[in-house]
Amino acid sequence: MAGYNLKEVMSKPERLAPGHRMCAGCGATIGIRAVLRALHEGDHAVIGNATGCLEVSSFMYPYTAWEDSYIHNAFENAGATLSGVETAYHALKKRGRLPQDANFKFITFGGDGGTYDIGFQSLSGAMERGHDMVYVCYDNGAYMNTGIQRSSATPQFADTTTTPVGKKSNGKIQTRKDLSAIIAEHHVPYVAQTTFTKDFKDIHIKSEKAIYTEGAAFLNMLAPCPRGWRYETSEVMKICQLAIDTCYWPMFEVDHGNWRLTYEPKKKLPIEDFLREQGRFAHLFKPGNEELIGQFQEEVDRRWEDLLYRCNK
Amino acid sequence: MSRKDRMSGNEAVAYAIRQVNPDVMPAFPITPSTEIPQMVSTYIANGEMDTEFIPVESEHSSMSATVGAEAAGARSMTATSSCGLAFMWEELLVAASNRLPLVLTLVNRTLSGPININCDHSDGMGARDTGWIQIYAENNQEAYDNFIQAFPIAEDVRVHLPVMVCQDGFITSHAVENILIEEDADVKEFVGEYHPEEFLLNPGKPVAVGPYAVSAYSMEAKYNQEQAMIRSKEVIKEIAEKFRKKFGRGFDFFEEYRTEDADYIMLIMGSAAGTAKQAVDDLRDKGMKVGVLKLRVFRPFPADEIAEALMKCKAVAIMDRCESYNGCGGPLASEVPAALFRKKVLTEAVSYVYGLAGRDFTVETACGIFSELEDIVMNNRQYEQHRYVGLRTRQ
Amino acid sequence: MRTDISKINEQSPCEDLTEGLMIFAGGTSKQFMTGQWRTSTPVFDKEKCKQCLLCAPVCPDGCIPVKDGRRDDFDMDHCKGCGICEKACPFGAISMQ
Repeated sequence: MAGYNLKEVMSKPERLAPGHRMCAGCGATIGIRAVLRALHEGDHAVIGNATGCLEVSSFMYPYTAWEDSYIHNAFENAGATLSGVETAYHALKKRGRLPQDANFKFITFGGDGGTYDIGFQSLSGAMERGHDMVYVCYDNGAYMNTGIQRSSATPQFADTTTTPVGKKSNGKIQTRKDLSAIIAEHHVPYVAQTTFTKDFKDIHIKSEKAIYTEGAAFLNMLAPCPRGWRYETSEVMKICQLAIDTCYWPMFEVDHGNWRLTYEPKKKLPIEDFLREQGRFAHLFKPGNEELIGQFQEEVDRRWEDLLYRCNK
Repeated sequence: MSRKDRMSGNEAVAYAIRQVNPDVMPAFPITPSTEIPQMVSTYIANGEMDTEFIPVESEHSSMSATVGAEAAGARSMTATSSCGLAFMWEELLVAASNRLPLVLTLVNRTLSGPININCDHSDGMGARDTGWIQIYAENNQEAYDNFIQAFPIAEDVRVHLPVMVCQDGFITSHAVENILIEEDADVKEFVGEYHPEEFLLNPGKPVAVGPYAVSAYSMEAKYNQEQAMIRSKEVIKEIAEKFRKKFGRGFDFFEEYRTEDADYIMLIMGSAAGTAKQAVDDLRDKGMKVGVLKLRVFRPFPADEIAEALMKCKAVAIMDRCESYNGCGGPLASEVPAALFRKKVLTEAVSYVYGLAGRDFTVETACGIFSELEDIVMNNRQYEQHRYVGLRTRQ
Repeated sequence: MRTDISKINEQSPCEDLTEGLMIFAGGTSKQFMTGQWRTSTPVFDKEKCKQCLLCAPVCPDGCIPVKDGRRDDFDMDHCKGCGICEKACPFGAISMQ
C-alpha cells in the first residue's frame, strides 16, 4: 500500500457525483466518498447497495450519483447480490467475454438496518463464501430512512421512534451488537472499524486494504446522522472525534486474524463528552439519571478492555 | 441426432443445464429440486461443465445472486421448489421489473403448512403475478425441452423477462422415463451465445440498476413490463416452432389432445395431463367424445387461444392443482372463465381442485369428472362450481 | 443505447423510459441542483486559504472541487449549506453566511 497524501488523494476524480438527495450534513456520504477514493485510478468498480437512505437518495430515476456501475436490489440482500456480480466477473473473465485488462472491484454499502439486522444472513453468507468484495456498513445506529427506529446497532438509552423516552422509558433497553467482531469471527482476510478523522487517513488506508486484499472484507464505518442523533449538521467531525476518544467507537482492524488497535486516545475521555453532544441522549443528563450514564460508561469500558485484550495490549 | 436415454425429470433438466452451460448458477437445496444443484455440482466437479456455482445460504440469496449475476452480464439461473420459491418471492418481482432474462427451474411442491414435500402447483401459482413467464411440463421430455427453450425466450430483445420452467415434484422430477436427448452441439446452437448490450461489467460503460422511481415513472415502467409480457407470446410461439423444426416435437401455448370433435374437455396442467389423456383414450373407446387441453404456458396467459379452443365443446372441467382460498376455486378457475366470458363463449365450466400435496389423481377420477360433465349437459343437472376430487369427506 | 437523461422527465411517455428503469450512464445526478436546498452559504476567502485541503473530504456532497492538489471555489449548484467545511478549516477561510 502506498503512503497517504491527502492532496494527491483529494485530486482524484470523484466517484460519487453531487446532486444526490442525502440530507445536508449527512455522515454517510462523507464516508462513501472516502471509501471510493481508495479505488485506484483505472480500476473499475461495481457498487452494490442495500435499500436505505443512501439508495433512495443516490439513484432516484433518472439521476444516479454513481460514476461506476451500480446495483440496488432490495433491503436484505446486498451481500448476496454482490456475490452474484462478483461471480459473474469470474465467469465472464474465464470465458473471455471481458477484456483481459479490465479490472473490477466490488464494494457494497448498507446502513446498519440492512447490515446488522435484515441483511445479516445475506452478509454472513457472502463473507463465509469468501467472495472478493468489500461490504461497507455505514452505521448511523438506527433505521434512519424510515424515521429513526431502533436497530441492533442503536446504543443503549438512545431515544428513537420505537424506543421513545417517556415517563416509563429511558430509551433503548439493550446494548449494541458488536458486528465487527462477529464478522471477524467469520475469519475473513480483513475487517476494520473506522470513522472520519481530520485528515481521513485512517478510513483511506483501511478502505484501500479492504478493497485490495483478496477475498471478503468488511468495513464498519461510524457515520453520524444529524437528524437521528440530533446535533447541528456542522458538528460531525467533532462527534466522530469524541466517539473515538471516549472509546465508544474504537478504531481497529483484524488483518488475517491479527487484531490491531489503529488509534489509542492519549487520554480516554468520559462517555458524557460523546453523549452530551446529541439530542438522542438528552434525557440522560436530567437529574437522577447519573446512574444510567455510569451504566453506559461501564459497558464502554468493558468492551474497550476486551478489545485491548484481543489486540494483546 | 437425438438419442434415447432413461432419465428422471431432475436428471433431464440437469443434463440440459450441462448442455447450456450457463455462466452462473447460485442455488440452495430444497426437496424435490435438490438433485438439480447436486447434479450440476457433480458435472462441474468432473469437468463436464464450467458454470460458476454459488452455494448460497438461502433461496432469497440464490435469487438475489442470480439477479446480480444476470445484471452483471452473465447468463444466470437457479433452481428451487415450494417454500424456496416463496422465500424468493420479493426477488422474483425484482428480477422481472429489472427486465433480467434469467431462468428458474421450479420443481413444483406444495407450500406449507402443513409442511409436506409432495407435488401441487401452489408454489408456482403463488408466483403467478410476479411478472415471470411460466411454462409447465407434463413429463420428463417436456421438462428437458422446455428448459432448452427458456433462455432463447427470456433473452429475446422483445421480451427481456425471466422464465420459470416448471415440472411436477416427484411425479416427474424423480420418476425415470425414456426420453429423447439431443446432441450437446445442437442444444448449444439452439440456445446460442449470450451477449447483452448493456451490463454492469462493461468497462467504461457504467449502468445503474434498481432505482427509486417516483410515481411519475413507476406506472409507465409497469406498463412497459406488461407490454413485454404481451410481446413474449409471439416469441414463445417462434421459439416453439424453431424447436419443432429442429428437434421434431413440442407445442406452443398448449396441447390439444383429441379435442377436435370433443363434447367434453378437461383443461389441466402438468403431469396429471398424462392421466387425463389415458381417461380420454378409455372413454373414447366407449364412444364418448372427450379431450384434454393441456396448458403449457400459464404466463403469459393465452386467454384468447384457450377460449377459441373451448368454443365448440359442451362443457369444460377446469383442473386446479392448487387452492386459492378465495371460496370459488383455484387460479385457473378464475382465469379460464374470464377468458371464455371475454370471448362470449358460454360453455359450461366446472372447476375442480385435485391432487393437493401429492394426492393421487387417477384415471378413474378423471373418468368420473367427464361423466359429471356429461350429466350436467345431458340431464341438466346442477353441480357446485367449486368441487374437490380425491378428497375424503362425510358429504 | 447510452442514456441521455435530459430526454427523460416526469412528463415523458412510457416509450421514452429506459428498459427496467436502468440508467446506461454514470453520474447523472449532477443535473439535479441540490444547491436550491441551501439556507446558509459558505463563502470562500481565497486569501486566507493555505490549501491544506482539510475541507475537501468532509463535504457530504463533493462540492469542493480539487485539481492538482489545490481547491477551487464551491460548487454552488449542489452545496446544501451544511457548514461542516467551515468547522474543518483551521484558517478561517470559510464562513457561513
